[in-house]
Amino acid sequence: MSDEYDNNKSYQAQSSEVIDGSAGSVNPDIDYVRPAEVGEQDLYHGHSFIEKWVFCQDAKVIGVQYFLTAVFTGIVGLILSWLMRLQLGFPGLAGFMTAEHYYQFVTMHGMIMVVYFLTALFLGGFGNYLIPLMVGARDMVFPYVNMLSFWMFFVAVAVLMASFFVPGGPTGAGWTLYPPQTILEGTPGSGMGILLMLISLSLFVIGFTMGGLNYMITILQARTRGMTLMRMPLTVWGIFTATVLAMLAFPALLVSAIMMTLDKVLQTSFFMPTILKAGEVLEYGGGSPILFQHLFWFFGHPEVYIVALPAFGIVSDLISVHARKNIFGYRMMVWAIVGIGGLSFFVWAHHMYVSGMNPWFGFFFATTTLIIAVPTAMKVYNWILTLWRGNIRINTVMLWCLGFIVTFVNGGITGIFLGNVSVDVPLSDTYFVIAHFHMVMGIAPLMVIMGAVYHWFPLVAGKMLHEGLGKWHFWITFLGAYSIYFPMHYLGFIGVPRRYFEMYDSPYMTSAVGMNEFISIAAFIVGAAQFILVFNIIKTLKTGKKAEQNPWKANSLEWYTSTVPPEHGNFGERLPVVHRWPYDFSVPGAKDDFIPQTTAPSEVIHTEVEKT
Amino acid sequence: MHAGIIFLLVIIGSVLFHIFTPWYWTDIASNWGGMDDTITLTFWVGGGVFVAVCLFMIYCVFRYQHKEDRRAEYKPEDKKLEKILTWATTLGVCALLAPGLIIWNQYVNVPKNAIEVDVMAWQWGWQYRLPGADGKLGTTQVRNIADNNPFGINPDDPFGKDDIMVESDVINLENNRPVKILLRSVDVLHNWYVPQFRAKMDAVPGTVTFYWFEPNKVGEYEVLCAEYCGVGHYAMRGGVEVQDKVDYEVWLSEQETFEQLSARYEKLNVDGNKLAKK
Repeated sequence: MSDEYDNNKSYQAQSSEVIDGSAGSVNPDIDYVRPAEVGEQDLYHGHSFIEKWVFCQDAKVIGVQYFLTAVFTGIVGLILSWLMRLQLGFPGLAGFMTAEHYYQFVTMHGMIMVVYFLTALFLGGFGNYLIPLMVGARDMVFPYVNMLSFWMFFVAVAVLMASFFVPGGPTGAGWTLYPPQTILEGTPGSGMGILLMLISLSLFVIGFTMGGLNYMITILQARTRGMTLMRMPLTVWGIFTATVLAMLAFPALLVSAIMMTLDKVLQTSFFMPTILKAGEVLEYGGGSPILFQHLFWFFGHPEVYIVALPAFGIVSDLISVHARKNIFGYRMMVWAIVGIGGLSFFVWAHHMYVSGMNPWFGFFFATTTLIIAVPTAMKVYNWILTLWRGNIRINTVMLWCLGFIVTFVNGGITGIFLGNVSVDVPLSDTYFVIAHFHMVMGIAPLMVIMGAVYHWFPLVAGKMLHEGLGKWHFWITFLGAYSIYFPMHYLGFIGVPRRYFEMYDSPYMTSAVGMNEFISIAAFIVGAAQFILVFNIIKTLKTGKKAEQNPWKANSLEWYTSTVPPEHGNFGERLPVVHRWPYDFSVPGAKDDFIPQTTAPSEVIHTEVEKT
Repeated sequence: MHAGIIFLLVIIGSVLFHIFTPWYWTDIASNWGGMDDTITLTFWVGGGVFVAVCLFMIYCVFRYQHKEDRRAEYKPEDKKLEKILTWATTLGVCALLAPGLIIWNQYVNVPKNAIEVDVMAWQWGWQYRLPGADGKLGTTQVRNIADNNPFGINPDDPFGKDDIMVESDVINLENNRPVKILLRSVDVLHNWYVPQFRAKMDAVPGTVTFYWFEPNKVGEYEVLCAEYCGVGHYAMRGGVEVQDKVDYEVWLSEQETFEQLSARYEKLNVDGNKLAKK
């Protein structure tokens, strides 16, 4: 490696660039950017098809690989949700649907959507693609480990999918995998199914750690000259903080998976107390089922923010670009992301108010949970204040952002119900909870994912997605998803418990029949509508309009690459030098309504731009 | 333009749905009306914020639609506005948290005069035990459970002898008398939940958990399991019958004590041995 690594040479090249860049300006000092302290990374360019597209070290290709694999799992999760809704809306219609199958579908749907779809998509997908581009790096700092990260994830997905085909089928323990039932007979898939699930989760965590190290260190160490932390796009802030959370939270999942595997295979008793089953006392004793819940939610609650924070970051950038206005209160937004991330480690037991843990915990966790509502609310205010006095393009991307605001605020408010300990008592374990978390961490992040796909597709593929199809896709998805989850809260008020294969004929449950049918039909339509996007992508790739460079007139670095789509190395001969934050939109006195991050102050000397 | 109108209709529709919904909570039959009140309060405050935020967003969509010749305002920060919003939100959050904590304090402090009920859960059913004349439940152990000792009562515990065994998945409760539900499970997690009482708590194997309520409406109620417990979860139902004092005492006097049950089994055993000898 050392032969290509010439610190001195690149150092000189970059320092001379500073002088070049300031030539002709009024005051050479105002354009000064500190020179780079280390030389540039050398990249391994693939030589064969396999090295370029399969075992590839380019973060952008890895990002697309993550994205496509995650989407594949998402489609599996979607089909499972259809099968569940078929049973709930029209019980008995599908002859093969037994209670065992139903619970297996519930479990796999939950685990796939939270971990293998959303987490992998946001961090593995968007993280890999966008981080190096947005911070002005040529690639991730450890490209080889990055490649391993994806393939580890790929194996984890393969193991997970294999569990559909083993004797006994996949685990049906619920995605929370609460012991003791998880590994006892009486729960479907308590043999091979649960083992494969635990192995797959462990592989996921290992793979994710490799990726996560890359995201963190690239952001901390490989930013281009002038890209201070407080000049980073909020997308990068969101992904960065989420990665830090993941690095701290996933170990709890890993150890609980290992301990449960031992309980299952070697009859240890980490989580297993004395148990009487079918008249016989099992060979367990002394373990604590609640310990597992603490470990699981110590991972599980930050996990919510691992999904939410990248969504927060991305949506901030999308709103700012398409409202042609700087994000309102950037510093507040950054501190809110970091603050929410920190607080998210102190709220986990709000999932356990009625778990049988010491009830005095309730006071502490209700207080911390409601404190987290404050920075979250600040983010919402800042999004809508960014729209205020903006110059808003109502295009497909903006529609997804608006849809996000509506669903996120709705789901956030119901979170205040559930976080407020005594209000949670009647509502926990009912459909209110299902409605809440689907709205806030299912639909809302999905809205952001979709917005991001329409926003960055021209960069990734060099072509513009069809706007008309995009709008149909949005309206069917938004209206459909809202009419699934908004009324579902009211099922929870009635008291309909979650994870019920059949409701039977209790009077308050029969009143839910009509609504269940309606929700199921809406779910079928919303699911099917996602294929509009698939069609749109195929059609665009074949016959779509070629995208100009930077079609949205954005400021951040990913739009200023040497080619579109960017090639390996991203920025051609010279790395960009950053002079400002990415939100200089509609600056008074400027020629255009945007000033790219790379524009030197001397070029916009007559504008009223604030120093950032 | 259309976008703003559709979003507006969604918000109006949500409010109307809330006002006219036929799906709402069941008539309450316990003392936990405070939970319902806090939910109503949260609805007003939270719902108000939801509507306000969305209406403001819709206003912006109408008012600031893209025009080529217009520029957005350039104002990176407004410290004062951010401060006001932070404090207003904090205040709102405190207003919701306070009643929540007050009621939780009641929830975790059981009144002295509460009658204890041992609710024992298993895959997939419920059984109940009440204290006898001494007012105390005998201690138990899972390993003791047998046909002649369905609750696993420790045989040398004097408090256990007069415990009342309910041979049914329906438990009777006295109206207007607080009940402390002591939850146990012999296998996996369960949760003894009656929607009309609002209260619930998991039964955890290896430990005893509790909650309390005071039934205040005579009638029959269905018990649901509210913590996933395997493939029979949805079918794990039971019942509660809330009765006036007189009826309740009649029912109570018909139940068997642990001593009587043991004696019955002993007799069965002796008879069985005699039969075997013959």
